[in-house]
Amino acid sequence: MNFGIISFPGSNCDWDLYYAIKDELNESCKMISSDETNLDEFDVILIPGGFSYGDYLRSGAIGSLASAMQAVKKIAKEGKIIIGICNGFQILTESNLLPGSLMVNEQPEFISKWQNLKVENNQTIFSNKFKKNQIVKMPIAHGEGNYYCDEETLKELESNHQIVFRYEDNPNGSVNDIAGITNKEGNILGMMPHPERAVETILGGIDGLTLFQSLKNTNSEVIK
Amino acid sequence: MYLAKVIVTKKASILDPQGETIKNALQNLDFKKIDDVKQGSYFEVKIDADNQEKADQITNSICKELLVNQNMESYKFSLEEV
Repeated sequence: MNFGIISFPGSNCDWDLYYAIKDELNESCKMISSDETNLDEFDVILIPGGFSYGDYLRSGAIGSLASAMQAVKKIAKEGKIIIGICNGFQILTESNLLPGSLMVNEQPEFISKWQNLKVENNQTIFSNKFKKNQIVKMPIAHGEGNYYCDEETLKELESNHQIVFRYEDNPNGSVNDIAGITNKEGNILGMMPHPERAVETILGGIDGLTLFQSLKNTNSEVIK
Repeated sequence: MYLAKVIVTKKASILDPQGETIKNALQNLDFKKIDDVKQGSYFEVKIDADNQEKADQITNSICKELLVNQNMESYKFSLEEV
């Protein structure tokens, strides 16, 4: 599989992702400038955490307008796999590729800690190597991770099984404990926790690697 | 030339934890009469438009396309000729 990581000015988890994919998942991986206009060569696009464009205006708002994000919209429609982590999740909601918004944490402070998550849906291309309701552990590091959407959208997310991960002991006030969601079609994932920081035992856990391995598990069905 | 003054605030139904924190800080400073604080953003945008109606249209467009996240924010603005 060809992985591409979009590096925006202000991204700071891009090389962590690169290391996770290249050295731990053992897949081909390329760093892409946010000015790139053609992403056709990639099977999976990763949008990393950080503070793209200084998070000016709103988190992810300026990042969502970068040329590379227009290219992401194009290949997302074709069914390619897109994963946005932390600031990447914020960019995906600002791009309207995922519903809802990430607001300031309920207690307005930056939270950085290991967080338990429940695998709500293990029937996605991102989570098929987990067990349903499995409790997994990944780091979170954000000031604006409080997921919000209106009630109608929330009902849709629930009934379409778009919620992949929920927080145990909700740290930030997210509605229905939402930590990660997919789009309706199931090829785009946005999540606040950092799987790329949980790919080696020495880091504190490997549940993040299991997420990336799930992608390989369904390779033949998903990639046309 | 027109000057748009845009005020963006959280929708009434949305929690504003920053406003809440500022309110608590003010109360700690002994401003006992402070009942509520909302935090928002303010923009001044100079617009080269032929008339007020066009300036109004442009301001609405830039709010909807970039300045405001309509999922959680609302906005209002005033226009003056400069």
